[in-house]
Amino acid sequence: MQTKQVFEGVKIVLFSWGAVASQAARELALHGATMIRVESHRTPDAIRFSSPFKDGKPGVNRGPLSTTFHTNGYNISCDLSKPKGREVARKLVEWADILGDSFTPGILAKFGLDYESVRKIKPRIIYYSTCQQGQYGPYAKIGGLGVQGAAGAGFYYITGWPDRDPAMIQGAYTDFVAPWFLAVPLVAALIRQRRTGEGFYLDESQYEASIHFLAPAVLDYSANGRVAGRQGNHHPAAVPHNAYQCMGNDRWVAIAVTTDAEWEALCRAIGRLELAHDPRYATLLARKEHEEELDALVSGWSRNYTAEEAMLVMQAAGVPAGVTSTCQDLLEDPQYKHRGRFVTLHHKEIGPMIYRSPAYRLSKTPARLVKPGPCLGEDNEYIYKEVLGYSDDEVTDMLAEGVITTEYDAPGVKRS
Amino acid sequence: MSEQRNGEGLLSGYRVLDLADEKGLLCGRMLAGWGADVIKVERPGGDPARNIGPFYKDIPHPERSLFWFALNADKRGITLDIETADGRDIFRRLVKTADFVVESFAPGYMEGLGLGYRELEKINPGIILTSITPFGQSGPYAQFKATDMTVWALGGMMYLSGDPDRPPVQLSVPQAYFHGGIHGALGSMVALYYRELTGEGQQVDVSAHEAVDFANMVEDEGYDLLKVSLARPGPFWGLARPGQLGILYERVNFECKDGYVNVFVKGGGAGYKTSARAVTQWMKEEGKAGYLETYDWDTYDFGKLTLEERQRLEAPLVPFFKTKTKREIMARAAREGIFAAPLDSVKDLMEGPQLNARDYWVKVEHPELGDTILYPGAPVKAAVLPWRTQRRAPLIGEHNDEVYRRELGLSPELLVALKSRGVI
Repeated sequence: MQTKQVFEGVKIVLFSWGAVASQAARELALHGATMIRVESHRTPDAIRFSSPFKDGKPGVNRGPLSTTFHTNGYNISCDLSKPKGREVARKLVEWADILGDSFTPGILAKFGLDYESVRKIKPRIIYYSTCQQGQYGPYAKIGGLGVQGAAGAGFYYITGWPDRDPAMIQGAYTDFVAPWFLAVPLVAALIRQRRTGEGFYLDESQYEASIHFLAPAVLDYSANGRVAGRQGNHHPAAVPHNAYQCMGNDRWVAIAVTTDAEWEALCRAIGRLELAHDPRYATLLARKEHEEELDALVSGWSRNYTAEEAMLVMQAAGVPAGVTSTCQDLLEDPQYKHRGRFVTLHHKEIGPMIYRSPAYRLSKTPARLVKPGPCLGEDNEYIYKEVLGYSDDEVTDMLAEGVITTEYDAPGVKRS
Repeated sequence: MSEQRNGEGLLSGYRVLDLADEKGLLCGRMLAGWGADVIKVERPGGDPARNIGPFYKDIPHPERSLFWFALNADKRGITLDIETADGRDIFRRLVKTADFVVESFAPGYMEGLGLGYRELEKINPGIILTSITPFGQSGPYAQFKATDMTVWALGGMMYLSGDPDRPPVQLSVPQAYFHGGIHGALGSMVALYYRELTGEGQQVDVSAHEAVDFANMVEDEGYDLLKVSLARPGPFWGLARPGQLGILYERVNFECKDGYVNVFVKGGGAGYKTSARAVTQWMKEEGKAGYLETYDWDTYDFGKLTLEERQRLEAPLVPFFKTKTKREIMARAAREGIFAAPLDSVKDLMEGPQLNARDYWVKVEHPELGDTILYPGAPVKAAVLPWRTQRRAPLIGEHNDEVYRRELGLSPELLVALKSRGVI
């Protein structure tokens, strides 16, 4: 018999698009919460149109972005612009413990789903809004995707090399920083709701959350007037410290020597023990003066080994080192396999695909990945009838009226 | 309006014993910010994380580390050597009235001291032990030596960062341990909810290696489906495609008159087309559209587009943006639905209007320095029971008296003895 999951019985409704509102809720869904996302074929979540796609063929249900962030969740299609659609939304508000919103500020208010309206229907609801720059302020209504968030929140400026323009981090970085900051007070508010029956409102600016990952640079500017720039891979207190090219196509190992003992260990490992106590390199200060030379020394060694071999030689010697993993490496990573990071689930249109487990394992109540994030409207039958209590006739009517949207309502699709 | 209030937060009433080093400090910071009483437990003489720069006025000193300040604001601080028998006794006493123990020691270290989860559970069945390590408590990499950069590398983000003709790169503010720390805070909260239901604690086994991997969006899934690994793209956004066409690179970072902007000018779903058309329209108004003058964004099919065609499309964008300032671009973006953002520096952020309008930056007093320093404020705003950025990080042993004498009732003579033996 399986133990009860932590959030079994907790009900979450999402009026959301994108990666942040969903990922915050997903952590609860992976531990047993029921999560329903409300979407419309007329205005599907924009990220459904972003690649990658199964076989490279676009489709609203064919990409990981359409499903990954909604693992264990349900999806219903509903046109909120219709009065009957708003009645459905109201029923979901009555049902839910938590409501998640990630639209541009003001959008949900048009459907009577702003916090003030919702709390009148369900005073105990926990309502969280998340968007790029928060619910108010001069830039609040500027839309953007996570990539713009990462740019605007300062992350690209500090990525790359001192002699180069800023480089990108492939991926919408702040979309994968902000959700965790949101989930912390969300669970705290849930505990409080359990104890007191009181509701709560959270307003996340993804910038404001993500900037905590730049906190040392914030204080450095405030106290010292220094603007953090791009530094490449060097470290003020560790030499050698860089990524070194290995055998093969674009294969690298990151090596970091943080103590003189590690320096000696590295020298022994690469068969150059005499360098350990060479006055040019024996101390950190000395190594700093010869940093370029030492980078060349280490890469002269590493290019004769695969990245994995180089890492294991260094680790055996007690020197911090790691392959700069590609996605292929990650899927084959033995440590990830040990932890069961990637679980294969079968999606209706994509077929089998990996889904990610949380980065933390609870010893008594681990997460369970049970179903892939659903297709648009996939759970209409179950949710409208079993959860919301509509009759078969009512559902038929709602389909006919377009309150429940179908793929025929998608932009550009002609109804026959 | 400041975020300050006295003692009332979402996590008021909970106590955290924070044994973590740089690998886990952010976890305790989060819990402290939301109102928990977080006691940073340092070895006598001070935690090694106090030696991490940058430093106030560039003076390296354990009471001047800006890194330490940022990650330990709103915590109290005691010194304690848990490797001594007396130290462990005191620690066990503290565990009795604690809700969380957060640590980032090598797997097995706490067990070796008789302070593993099984022992802590006997002292306090509700204790939540959050263990934040580079790779987790067990497995082939569990005992690997690590630094922030090597975890960033193994977690896949280093390969995805930087310029293609240079090595994979880290950010100049190292990120990997922050990822571990925030997932540690999240896992701690999930365990706390379980405790609400049952009265039981548990161990939360956090891997920074896994936390970092989340940041790559869906590149892992993309590889699973298409067997294409994306790589560091330079100022471009890479799109994986199966087969012969290879990865499509779309330039997204552009130099502008006063810095750099990130702008999406591409086809695809509705929002993208609106953005692209708005940029093209702007260029047409100034007679600068070039190849884009007659381009129909409806025909943009990233699945079939060659790299050469994409480069023709974006060629006029590069000189065009150079003639515009960040402000002009953002004003137009707000009006016309262009997906754009300036590549702001930390200075731009701290001086810009949005974060200041929201009172995001908080002045924290540092009486020992005779100064105040600006800190990031609430990561999430809550009108009731708000986040606090209020009090500077503790000095070494600052709350020894409060905790040992007043709370635990240890006599002054005993404390002197413990101090001279290096236990506290």
